[in-house]
Amino acid sequence: MREYLSFFKIRFSIGLQYRAAAWAGMATQFAWGGMTILLFRAFYQSSQNALPMTMSELSSYIWLQQAFLALYMVWYFDNDIFGSIMSGNIAYELCRPIDIYAMWFTKNMAVRISRAVLRCLPILVFAAFLPAPYNISLPISPAAGLLFIISMILGLLVVVAFSMIIYVSAFYTISPIGIRILATSVLEFFTGAIIPLPFFPQSLQTLMYLLPFASMQSTPFMIYNGYISGERIASAISLQIIWLIILLALGKTLMVRALRKVVVQGG
Amino acid sequence: MKLYLKYASVILRSLMQYKASFVMSTIGQFLVSFTAFLGVYFMFSRFHSVSGFSYCEVLLCFSVLLTSFSLAECFVRGFDTFSVIISNGEFDRIMVRPRNEILQVLASRIEFSRIGRLLQALLMFAYALPSSEVVWSFDKILTLFFMIIGGFGVFSGLFVIYASLCFFTIEGLEFLNIFTDGGREFGRYPFSVYGEGVLKFFTYIVPLALFQYYPFLYLTGRTDRVIYMLLPLIGLLFIVPCLLFWRIGVRHYKSTGS
Repeated sequence: MREYLSFFKIRFSIGLQYRAAAWAGMATQFAWGGMTILLFRAFYQSSQNALPMTMSELSSYIWLQQAFLALYMVWYFDNDIFGSIMSGNIAYELCRPIDIYAMWFTKNMAVRISRAVLRCLPILVFAAFLPAPYNISLPISPAAGLLFIISMILGLLVVVAFSMIIYVSAFYTISPIGIRILATSVLEFFTGAIIPLPFFPQSLQTLMYLLPFASMQSTPFMIYNGYISGERIASAISLQIIWLIILLALGKTLMVRALRKVVVQGG
Repeated sequence: MKLYLKYASVILRSLMQYKASFVMSTIGQFLVSFTAFLGVYFMFSRFHSVSGFSYCEVLLCFSVLLTSFSLAECFVRGFDTFSVIISNGEFDRIMVRPRNEILQVLASRIEFSRIGRLLQALLMFAYALPSSEVVWSFDKILTLFFMIIGGFGVFSGLFVIYASLCFFTIEGLEFLNIFTDGGREFGRYPFSVYGEGVLKFFTYIVPLALFQYYPFLYLTGRTDRVIYMLLPLIGLLFIVPCLLFWRIGVRHYKSTGS
Protein backbone atom coordinates (compact mmCIF):
# COMPACT_ATOMS: atom_id res chain seq x y z
CA MET A 1 0.00 0.00 0.00
CA ARG A 2 2.83 2.37 0.89
CA GLU A 3 4.33 2.34 -2.57
CA TYR A 4 1.02 3.29 -4.17
CA LEU A 5 0.65 6.11 -1.72
CA SER A 6 4.01 7.52 -2.71
CA PHE A 7 3.15 7.21 -6.41
CA PHE A 8 0.05 9.16 -5.59
CA LYS A 9 2.04 11.81 -3.72
CA ILE A 10 4.57 12.26 -6.51
CA ARG A 11 1.94 12.65 -9.21
CA PHE A 12 -0.14 14.88 -6.98
CA SER A 13 2.70 17.31 -6.31
CA ILE A 14 3.72 17.33 -9.97
CA GLY A 15 0.14 18.26 -10.77
CA LEU A 16 0.20 21.12 -8.29
CA GLN A 17 3.17 22.72 -10.05
CA TYR A 18 1.18 23.91 -13.03
CA ARG A 19 -0.30 27.00 -11.38
CA ALA A 20 -0.31 29.23 -14.47
CA ALA A 21 -2.11 26.55 -16.40
CA ALA A 22 -4.58 26.32 -13.55
CA TRP A 23 -5.36 30.04 -13.71
CA ALA A 24 -5.84 29.87 -17.44
CA GLY A 25 -7.99 26.79 -17.00
CA MET A 26 -10.12 28.52 -14.42
CA ALA A 27 -10.71 31.52 -16.65
CA THR A 28 -11.69 29.21 -19.48
CA GLN A 29 -14.01 27.15 -17.34
CA PHE A 30 -15.63 30.18 -15.82
CA ALA A 31 -16.35 31.66 -19.23
CA TRP A 32 -17.52 28.28 -20.44
CA GLY A 33 -19.92 27.81 -17.54
CA GLY A 34 -21.22 31.34 -17.94
CA MET A 35 -21.90 30.92 -21.62
CA THR A 36 -23.62 27.58 -21.07
CA ILE A 37 -25.90 29.12 -18.47
CA LEU A 38 -26.71 32.06 -20.75
CA LEU A 39 -27.60 29.62 -23.49
CA PHE A 40 -29.93 27.62 -21.29
CA ARG A 41 -31.44 30.87 -20.00
CA ALA A 42 -32.33 31.77 -23.57
CA PHE A 43 -34.00 28.40 -24.04
CA TYR A 44 -35.87 28.74 -20.76
CA GLN A 45 -37.10 32.21 -21.65
CA SER A 46 -38.30 31.06 -25.05
CA SER A 47 -40.65 28.47 -23.69
CA GLN A 48 -42.17 27.85 -20.33
CA ASN A 49 -43.38 24.30 -20.79
CA ALA A 50 -41.52 21.02 -20.67
CA LEU A 51 -38.67 22.05 -18.42
CA PRO A 52 -36.96 18.94 -17.09
CA MET A 53 -34.96 20.86 -14.46
CA THR A 54 -35.42 24.21 -12.77
CA MET A 55 -32.97 26.95 -13.65
CA SER A 56 -31.31 26.84 -10.24
CA GLU A 57 -30.88 23.05 -10.36
CA LEU A 58 -29.35 23.46 -13.77
CA SER A 59 -27.01 26.25 -12.67
CA SER A 60 -25.72 24.19 -9.76
CA TYR A 61 -25.15 21.30 -12.14
CA ILE A 62 -23.22 23.43 -14.64
CA TRP A 63 -21.00 25.08 -12.04
CA LEU A 64 -20.19 21.76 -10.39
CA GLN A 65 -19.36 20.39 -13.80
CA GLN A 66 -16.95 23.24 -14.50
CA ALA A 67 -15.39 23.16 -11.04
CA PHE A 68 -14.75 19.42 -11.09
CA LEU A 69 -14.06 19.13 -14.80
CA ALA A 70 -10.63 17.65 -14.12
CA LEU A 71 -12.08 14.81 -12.06
CA TYR A 72 -14.51 13.56 -14.66
CA MET A 73 -12.98 14.37 -18.03
CA VAL A 74 -13.28 11.18 -20.07
CA TRP A 75 -10.93 12.54 -22.72
CA TYR A 76 -7.94 12.78 -20.42
CA PHE A 77 -5.38 10.00 -20.82
CA ASP A 78 -1.88 9.75 -19.48
CA ASN A 79 0.26 9.74 -22.60
CA ASP A 80 3.16 8.26 -20.64
CA ILE A 81 1.21 5.05 -20.27
CA PHE A 82 0.37 4.78 -23.96
CA GLY A 83 3.95 5.77 -24.71
CA SER A 84 5.36 3.03 -22.50
CA ILE A 85 3.15 0.43 -24.16
CA MET A 86 4.09 1.55 -27.66
CA SER A 87 7.79 2.08 -27.05
CA GLY A 88 8.26 -1.07 -25.00
CA ASN A 89 9.34 0.76 -21.87
CA ILE A 90 6.63 -1.14 -20.13
CA ALA A 91 9.17 -3.93 -19.79
CA TYR A 92 10.89 -1.94 -17.03
CA GLU A 93 7.68 -1.36 -15.19
CA LEU A 94 6.88 -5.05 -15.34
CA CYS A 95 10.14 -5.78 -13.57
CA ARG A 96 9.02 -3.86 -10.53
CA PRO A 97 7.50 -5.83 -7.70
CA ILE A 98 4.23 -3.96 -7.81
CA ASP A 99 0.87 -4.40 -9.42
CA ILE A 100 0.89 -2.37 -12.59
CA TYR A 101 -2.90 -2.00 -12.67
CA ALA A 102 -2.95 -0.51 -9.21
CA MET A 103 -0.03 1.74 -10.02
CA TRP A 104 -1.64 3.20 -13.13
CA PHE A 105 -4.89 3.55 -11.25
CA THR A 106 -3.30 5.61 -8.48
CA LYS A 107 -1.35 7.76 -10.92
CA ASN A 108 -4.50 8.61 -12.81
CA MET A 109 -6.39 9.43 -9.64
CA ALA A 110 -3.56 11.69 -8.48
CA VAL A 111 -3.43 13.68 -11.70
CA ARG A 112 -7.17 14.22 -11.73
CA ILE A 113 -7.40 15.14 -8.06
CA SER A 114 -4.46 17.54 -8.13
CA ARG A 115 -5.91 19.39 -11.12
CA ALA A 116 -9.32 19.57 -9.54
CA VAL A 117 -7.96 20.78 -6.18
CA LEU A 118 -6.24 23.71 -7.82
CA ARG A 119 -9.26 24.74 -9.81
CA CYS A 120 -12.43 23.91 -7.97
CA LEU A 121 -12.47 26.34 -5.05
CA PRO A 122 -12.16 29.66 -6.89
CA ILE A 123 -14.78 28.58 -9.40
CA LEU A 124 -17.19 27.44 -6.69
CA VAL A 125 -16.72 30.58 -4.60
CA PHE A 126 -17.11 32.84 -7.61
CA ALA A 127 -20.16 30.96 -8.77
CA ALA A 128 -21.74 31.16 -5.34
CA PHE A 129 -21.84 34.96 -5.51
CA LEU A 130 -23.65 35.20 -8.83
CA PRO A 131 -27.26 36.50 -8.84
CA ALA A 132 -29.93 34.05 -7.79
CA PRO A 133 -31.06 31.46 -10.28
CA TYR A 134 -27.68 31.49 -12.04
CA ASN A 135 -25.50 30.76 -9.02
CA ILE A 136 -24.54 27.52 -7.35
CA SER A 137 -26.72 26.88 -4.34
CA LEU A 138 -25.93 24.76 -1.30
CA PRO A 139 -26.87 21.09 -1.40
CA ILE A 140 -30.56 20.72 -0.63
CA SER A 141 -29.87 19.08 2.74
CA PRO A 142 -26.81 18.09 4.83
CA ALA A 143 -27.63 14.45 4.08
CA ALA A 144 -27.62 15.17 0.37
CA GLY A 145 -24.28 16.92 0.77
CA LEU A 146 -22.80 13.86 2.42
CA LEU A 147 -24.23 11.49 -0.18
CA PHE A 148 -22.94 13.83 -2.86
CA ILE A 149 -19.40 13.43 -1.56
CA ILE A 150 -19.72 9.62 -1.43
CA SER A 151 -21.17 9.54 -4.90
CA MET A 152 -18.50 11.91 -6.18
CA ILE A 153 -15.73 9.60 -5.01
CA LEU A 154 -17.50 6.62 -6.57
CA GLY A 155 -17.92 8.59 -9.80
CA LEU A 156 -14.21 9.35 -9.93
CA LEU A 157 -13.39 5.68 -9.37
CA VAL A 158 -15.75 4.68 -12.17
CA VAL A 159 -14.12 7.16 -14.58
CA VAL A 160 -10.63 5.92 -13.76
CA ALA A 161 -11.69 2.26 -13.91
CA PHE A 162 -13.16 2.99 -17.31
CA SER A 163 -10.07 4.72 -18.64
CA MET A 164 -7.99 1.78 -17.41
CA ILE A 165 -9.84 -0.40 -19.91
CA ILE A 166 -8.84 2.01 -22.66
CA TYR A 167 -5.20 1.86 -21.54
CA VAL A 168 -5.29 -1.92 -21.51
CA SER A 169 -6.83 -1.95 -24.97
CA ALA A 170 -3.62 -0.37 -26.24
CA PHE A 171 -1.93 -3.73 -25.57
CA TYR A 172 -4.20 -5.28 -28.16
CA THR A 173 -4.37 -2.55 -30.77
CA ILE A 174 -0.91 -0.97 -30.43
CA SER A 175 -2.28 2.27 -31.85
CA PRO A 176 -4.78 3.60 -29.35
CA ILE A 177 -5.95 6.54 -31.42
CA GLY A 178 -9.17 5.00 -32.68
CA ILE A 179 -10.51 3.97 -29.32
CA ARG A 180 -9.45 7.23 -27.76
CA ILE A 181 -11.30 9.30 -30.29
CA LEU A 182 -14.39 7.22 -29.77
CA ALA A 183 -14.06 7.64 -26.02
CA THR A 184 -13.64 11.36 -26.24
CA SER A 185 -16.48 12.13 -28.58
CA VAL A 186 -19.31 9.72 -28.02
CA LEU A 187 -18.83 8.89 -24.36
CA GLU A 188 -18.52 12.46 -23.29
CA PHE A 189 -21.94 12.98 -24.72
CA PHE A 190 -23.36 10.05 -22.75
CA THR A 191 -21.92 11.30 -19.46
CA GLY A 192 -24.04 14.41 -19.76
CA ALA A 193 -21.11 16.74 -20.34
CA ILE A 194 -22.61 18.40 -23.41
CA ILE A 195 -26.21 18.59 -22.31
CA PRO A 196 -27.39 17.23 -18.94
CA LEU A 197 -29.04 13.82 -19.15
CA PRO A 198 -32.55 15.02 -18.21
CA PHE A 199 -32.60 16.95 -21.49
CA PHE A 200 -32.29 13.75 -23.51
CA PRO A 201 -35.47 12.49 -25.17
CA GLN A 202 -37.69 10.44 -22.86
CA SER A 203 -37.24 7.25 -24.84
CA LEU A 204 -33.48 7.29 -24.36
CA GLN A 205 -33.41 8.31 -20.72
CA THR A 206 -33.81 4.93 -19.01
CA LEU A 207 -31.04 3.49 -21.13
CA MET A 208 -28.82 6.50 -20.44
CA TYR A 209 -29.23 6.16 -16.68
CA LEU A 210 -28.37 2.47 -16.76
CA LEU A 211 -25.17 2.90 -18.80
CA PRO A 212 -21.96 3.33 -16.80
CA PHE A 213 -21.55 6.86 -18.14
CA ALA A 214 -24.36 8.23 -16.00
CA SER A 215 -22.51 6.89 -12.96
CA MET A 216 -19.61 9.21 -13.67
CA GLN A 217 -20.46 12.88 -13.24
CA SER A 218 -24.19 12.93 -13.64
CA THR A 219 -25.17 10.99 -10.50
CA PRO A 220 -23.19 13.00 -7.92
CA PHE A 221 -24.17 16.37 -9.39
CA MET A 222 -27.83 15.40 -9.59
CA ILE A 223 -27.76 14.32 -5.95
CA TYR A 224 -26.26 17.68 -5.03
CA ASN A 225 -28.91 19.75 -6.73
CA GLY A 226 -31.74 17.54 -5.55
CA TYR A 227 -32.78 16.24 -8.94
CA ILE A 228 -32.14 12.74 -7.64
CA SER A 229 -33.65 12.49 -4.17
CA GLY A 230 -35.17 10.08 -1.67
CA GLU A 231 -35.04 6.42 -2.56
CA ARG A 232 -33.59 7.11 -6.00
CA ILE A 233 -30.34 8.14 -4.34
CA ALA A 234 -29.89 4.64 -2.94
CA SER A 235 -30.49 2.99 -6.30
CA ALA A 236 -28.27 5.48 -8.13
CA ILE A 237 -25.39 4.92 -5.73
CA SER A 238 -25.77 1.13 -5.84
CA LEU A 239 -25.67 1.35 -9.62
CA GLN A 240 -22.40 3.28 -9.32
CA ILE A 241 -20.98 0.53 -7.08
CA ILE A 242 -22.11 -2.19 -9.46
CA TRP A 243 -20.51 -0.47 -12.44
CA LEU A 244 -17.35 0.16 -10.48
CA ILE A 245 -17.04 -3.54 -9.65
CA ILE A 246 -17.78 -4.59 -13.24
CA LEU A 247 -15.30 -2.14 -14.74
CA LEU A 248 -12.59 -2.99 -12.23
CA ALA A 249 -13.02 -6.71 -12.82
CA LEU A 250 -13.07 -6.27 -16.58
CA GLY A 251 -10.02 -4.03 -16.63
CA LYS A 252 -8.07 -6.28 -14.33
CA THR A 253 -8.87 -9.47 -16.28
CA LEU A 254 -8.04 -7.86 -19.60
CA MET A 255 -4.79 -6.63 -18.14
CA VAL A 256 -3.80 -10.02 -16.78
CA ARG A 257 -4.61 -11.66 -20.11
CA ALA A 258 -2.71 -9.00 -22.02
CA LEU A 259 0.36 -9.31 -19.82
CA ARG A 260 0.40 -13.08 -20.15
CA LYS A 261 1.15 -12.81 -23.83
CA VAL A 262 2.68 -9.37 -24.01
CA VAL A 263 5.12 -8.90 -26.84
CA VAL A 264 7.44 -6.05 -26.16
CA GLN A 265 8.33 -4.27 -29.36
CA GLY A 266 11.90 -3.25 -29.87
CA GLY A 267 14.59 -2.96 -27.28
CA MET B 1 1.86 29.35 -53.61
CA LYS B 2 3.61 26.68 -55.61
CA LEU B 3 5.78 25.93 -52.62
CA TYR B 4 2.72 25.68 -50.41
CA LEU B 5 1.13 23.14 -52.72
CA LYS B 6 4.34 21.19 -52.68
CA TYR B 7 4.28 21.12 -48.89
CA ALA B 8 0.62 20.12 -48.97
CA SER B 9 1.28 17.22 -51.27
CA VAL B 10 4.14 16.02 -49.07
CA ILE B 11 1.91 16.10 -46.01
CA LEU B 12 -0.88 14.35 -47.88
CA ARG B 13 1.42 11.63 -49.14
CA SER B 14 2.94 10.99 -45.73
CA LEU B 15 -0.59 10.83 -44.31
CA MET B 16 -1.56 8.22 -46.86
CA GLN B 17 1.14 5.95 -45.47
CA TYR B 18 -1.06 5.52 -42.42
CA LYS B 19 -4.42 5.22 -44.09
CA ALA B 20 -6.19 3.43 -41.24
CA SER B 21 -5.11 6.03 -38.74
CA PHE B 22 -6.18 8.83 -41.08
CA VAL B 23 -9.60 7.29 -41.63
CA MET B 24 -9.99 6.79 -37.88
CA SER B 25 -9.21 10.38 -37.04
CA THR B 26 -11.44 11.65 -39.82
CA ILE B 27 -14.29 9.57 -38.45
CA GLY B 28 -13.39 10.81 -35.00
CA GLN B 29 -13.59 14.42 -36.13
CA PHE B 30 -16.96 13.65 -37.64
CA LEU B 31 -18.22 12.08 -34.43
CA VAL B 32 -17.02 14.95 -32.27
CA SER B 33 -19.07 17.46 -34.17
CA PHE B 34 -21.89 14.98 -34.59
CA THR B 35 -22.44 14.85 -30.84
CA ALA B 36 -22.52 18.63 -30.90
CA PHE B 37 -25.26 18.36 -33.50
CA LEU B 38 -27.12 15.80 -31.39
CA GLY B 39 -26.97 18.25 -28.50
CA VAL B 40 -28.69 20.88 -30.62
CA TYR B 41 -31.20 18.34 -31.91
CA PHE B 42 -32.16 17.14 -28.43
CA MET B 43 -32.56 20.68 -27.17
CA PHE B 44 -34.86 21.54 -30.06
CA SER B 45 -36.91 18.38 -29.73
CA ARG B 46 -37.84 19.79 -26.33
CA PHE B 47 -37.97 23.54 -26.86
CA HIS B 48 -38.81 24.17 -30.57
CA SER B 49 -37.29 27.65 -30.67
CA VAL B 50 -34.75 29.85 -28.94
CA SER B 51 -35.02 33.66 -28.87
CA GLY B 52 -37.15 33.46 -32.00
CA PHE B 53 -34.78 31.30 -34.01
CA SER B 54 -36.10 28.02 -35.32
CA TYR B 55 -34.30 24.69 -35.48
CA CYS B 56 -33.48 25.02 -39.17
CA GLU B 57 -32.16 28.52 -38.75
CA VAL B 58 -29.88 27.46 -35.92
CA LEU B 59 -28.64 24.54 -38.01
CA LEU B 60 -27.86 26.93 -40.84
CA CYS B 61 -25.92 29.15 -38.47
CA PHE B 62 -24.16 26.12 -37.00
CA SER B 63 -23.11 24.78 -40.39
CA VAL B 64 -21.71 28.14 -41.54
CA LEU B 65 -19.66 28.35 -38.38
CA LEU B 66 -18.48 24.76 -38.55
CA THR B 67 -17.47 25.11 -42.19
CA SER B 68 -15.37 28.20 -41.60
CA PHE B 69 -13.88 26.81 -38.40
CA SER B 70 -12.87 23.51 -39.93
CA LEU B 71 -11.36 25.24 -42.96
CA ALA B 72 -9.36 27.49 -40.67
CA GLU B 73 -8.29 24.55 -38.55
CA CYS B 74 -7.32 22.53 -41.58
CA PHE B 75 -5.09 25.16 -43.16
CA VAL B 76 -4.00 27.38 -40.29
CA ARG B 77 -3.39 24.60 -37.79
CA GLY B 78 0.36 25.33 -37.97
CA PHE B 79 -0.27 28.47 -35.94
CA ASP B 80 -2.47 26.65 -33.47
CA THR B 81 0.34 24.23 -32.58
CA PHE B 82 2.98 26.93 -32.82
CA SER B 83 4.08 26.57 -29.19
CA VAL B 84 5.67 23.27 -30.20
CA ILE B 85 7.63 24.90 -33.02
CA ILE B 86 8.88 27.58 -30.63
CA SER B 87 9.79 25.35 -27.73
CA ASN B 88 11.72 22.76 -29.71
CA GLY B 89 13.75 25.39 -31.53
CA GLU B 90 12.26 24.60 -34.93
CA PHE B 91 11.55 28.29 -35.44
CA ASP B 92 15.29 29.02 -35.63
CA ARG B 93 15.45 26.74 -38.58
CA ILE B 94 12.48 28.48 -40.18
CA MET B 95 14.12 31.88 -39.72
CA VAL B 96 17.28 30.95 -41.59
CA ARG B 97 15.45 29.65 -44.63
CA PRO B 98 15.11 32.19 -47.45
CA ARG B 99 11.35 32.00 -47.52
CA ASN B 100 8.56 33.83 -45.77
CA GLU B 101 8.12 32.46 -42.26
CA ILE B 102 4.33 32.75 -42.30
CA LEU B 103 4.23 30.48 -45.31
CA GLN B 104 6.48 27.97 -43.60
CA VAL B 105 4.46 27.92 -40.41
CA LEU B 106 1.29 27.55 -42.44
CA ALA B 107 2.75 24.67 -44.35
CA SER B 108 4.24 22.97 -41.30
CA ARG B 109 0.93 21.39 -40.59
CA ILE B 110 -2.18 20.82 -42.65
CA GLU B 111 -4.85 18.82 -40.90
CA PHE B 112 -6.62 16.90 -43.62
CA SER B 113 -8.52 14.91 -41.01
CA ARG B 114 -10.65 18.03 -40.45
CA ILE B 115 -12.46 16.92 -43.58
CA GLY B 116 -14.53 14.83 -41.17
CA ARG B 117 -15.80 17.99 -39.58
CA LEU B 118 -16.33 19.66 -42.91
CA LEU B 119 -18.39 16.69 -44.03
CA GLN B 120 -20.60 17.11 -40.98
CA ALA B 121 -21.03 20.79 -41.84
CA LEU B 122 -21.93 19.97 -45.44
CA LEU B 123 -24.50 17.39 -44.34
CA MET B 124 -26.13 19.98 -42.12
CA PHE B 125 -26.10 22.45 -44.99
CA ALA B 126 -27.77 19.86 -47.18
CA TYR B 127 -30.50 19.52 -44.61
CA ALA B 128 -30.85 23.14 -43.55
CA LEU B 129 -30.58 24.90 -46.90
CA PRO B 130 -33.80 23.55 -48.45
CA SER B 131 -35.83 23.36 -45.26
CA SER B 132 -35.11 26.84 -43.96
CA GLU B 133 -37.50 29.41 -45.34
CA VAL B 134 -34.81 31.41 -47.07
CA VAL B 135 -35.46 32.34 -50.69
CA TRP B 136 -32.12 31.65 -52.30
CA SER B 137 -31.63 34.70 -54.48
CA PHE B 138 -28.24 35.77 -55.70
CA ASP B 139 -27.53 38.15 -52.84
CA LYS B 140 -28.40 35.49 -50.24
CA ILE B 141 -25.96 33.05 -51.75
CA LEU B 142 -23.36 35.79 -51.82
CA THR B 143 -24.05 36.49 -48.14
CA LEU B 144 -23.54 32.85 -47.28
CA PHE B 145 -20.28 32.87 -49.16
CA PHE B 146 -19.14 36.02 -47.36
CA MET B 147 -20.03 34.47 -44.01
CA ILE B 148 -17.83 31.46 -44.62
CA ILE B 149 -14.92 33.52 -45.92
CA GLY B 150 -15.27 36.01 -43.06
CA GLY B 151 -15.38 33.18 -40.54
CA PHE B 152 -12.30 31.62 -42.01
CA GLY B 153 -10.53 34.98 -41.71
CA VAL B 154 -11.53 35.67 -38.13
CA PHE B 155 -10.66 32.19 -36.88
CA SER B 156 -7.34 32.31 -38.72
CA GLY B 157 -6.66 35.66 -37.10
CA LEU B 158 -7.32 34.16 -33.70
CA PHE B 159 -4.91 31.32 -34.40
CA VAL B 160 -2.27 33.86 -35.45
CA ILE B 161 -2.74 35.82 -32.20
CA TYR B 162 -2.48 32.58 -30.27
CA ALA B 163 0.82 31.81 -32.00
CA SER B 164 2.16 35.34 -31.61
CA LEU B 165 1.62 35.20 -27.87
CA CYS B 166 3.92 32.19 -27.80
CA PHE B 167 6.80 34.50 -28.65
CA PHE B 168 6.34 36.10 -25.27
CA THR B 169 5.26 33.16 -23.16
CA ILE B 170 6.86 30.15 -24.93
CA GLU B 171 3.86 28.12 -23.83
CA GLY B 172 0.46 28.14 -25.42
CA LEU B 173 -2.19 30.02 -23.53
CA GLU B 174 -5.15 27.90 -22.74
CA PHE B 175 -7.51 30.75 -22.03
CA LEU B 176 -7.52 31.85 -25.66
CA ASN B 177 -9.42 28.65 -26.34
CA ILE B 178 -12.46 30.52 -25.09
CA PHE B 179 -12.47 32.34 -28.41
CA THR B 180 -11.49 29.56 -30.78
CA ASP B 181 -13.00 26.39 -29.33
CA GLY B 182 -15.53 28.42 -27.40
CA GLY B 183 -16.45 30.29 -30.55
CA ARG B 184 -17.04 26.98 -32.26
CA GLU B 185 -19.07 25.56 -29.39
CA PHE B 186 -21.21 28.55 -28.59
CA GLY B 187 -21.36 30.01 -32.08
CA ARG B 188 -23.76 27.21 -32.99
CA TYR B 189 -26.46 29.56 -31.85
CA PRO B 190 -26.67 33.17 -33.07
CA PHE B 191 -24.77 35.28 -30.53
CA SER B 192 -27.78 37.42 -29.69
CA VAL B 193 -29.12 34.42 -27.76
CA TYR B 194 -26.53 35.01 -25.05
CA GLY B 195 -27.69 38.54 -24.37
CA GLU B 196 -26.65 42.07 -25.24
CA GLY B 197 -23.30 42.10 -23.45
CA VAL B 198 -21.98 38.95 -25.06
CA LEU B 199 -23.13 40.14 -28.48
CA LYS B 200 -21.31 43.46 -28.05
CA PHE B 201 -18.17 41.65 -26.98
CA PHE B 202 -18.23 39.43 -30.03
CA THR B 203 -18.91 42.43 -32.26
CA TYR B 204 -16.29 44.91 -31.14
CA ILE B 205 -13.55 42.92 -29.41
CA VAL B 206 -13.45 39.48 -31.00
CA PRO B 207 -15.49 39.98 -34.16
CA LEU B 208 -17.11 36.56 -34.36
CA ALA B 209 -20.59 38.04 -34.59
CA LEU B 210 -19.62 40.04 -37.66
CA PHE B 211 -19.68 36.94 -39.81
CA GLN B 212 -22.17 34.98 -37.80
CA TYR B 213 -25.00 37.04 -36.32
CA TYR B 214 -25.42 40.14 -38.48
CA PRO B 215 -25.22 38.60 -41.95
CA PHE B 216 -27.39 35.81 -40.60
CA LEU B 217 -30.11 38.38 -39.90
CA TYR B 218 -29.87 39.44 -43.53
CA LEU B 219 -29.87 35.85 -44.70
CA THR B 220 -33.04 34.95 -42.85
CA GLY B 221 -34.75 38.13 -43.97
CA ARG B 222 -34.92 39.73 -40.53
CA THR B 223 -33.34 42.88 -41.89
CA ASP B 224 -32.96 44.48 -45.34
CA ARG B 225 -29.86 46.50 -44.58
CA VAL B 226 -27.24 45.66 -47.16
CA ILE B 227 -24.49 46.66 -44.76
CA TYR B 228 -25.25 43.55 -42.71
CA MET B 229 -24.46 41.47 -45.73
CA LEU B 230 -21.06 43.12 -46.08
CA LEU B 231 -20.06 42.97 -42.42
CA PRO B 232 -18.19 39.65 -42.78
CA LEU B 233 -15.81 41.39 -45.17
CA ILE B 234 -15.15 44.01 -42.50
CA GLY B 235 -14.60 41.17 -40.08
CA LEU B 236 -11.96 39.92 -42.45
CA LEU B 237 -9.97 43.06 -41.59
CA PHE B 238 -9.44 41.49 -38.18
CA ILE B 239 -6.56 39.59 -39.68
CA VAL B 240 -4.59 42.83 -40.20
CA PRO B 241 -3.94 43.64 -36.51
CA CYS B 242 -3.29 39.94 -35.96
CA LEU B 243 -0.55 39.90 -38.56
CA LEU B 244 0.89 43.14 -37.14
CA PHE B 245 1.00 41.49 -33.75
CA TRP B 246 2.76 38.53 -35.33
CA ARG B 247 5.37 40.92 -36.77
CA ILE B 248 5.99 42.40 -33.32
CA GLY B 249 6.32 38.88 -31.99
CA VAL B 250 8.85 37.83 -34.58
CA ARG B 251 10.93 40.92 -33.84
CA HIS B 252 10.78 40.13 -30.15
CA TYR B 253 11.77 36.51 -30.71
CA LYS B 254 14.66 35.12 -28.73
CA SER B 255 15.50 31.54 -29.36
CA THR B 256 14.83 29.05 -26.59
CA GLY B 257 18.24 27.74 -27.45
CA SER B 258 17.39 24.09 -27.52
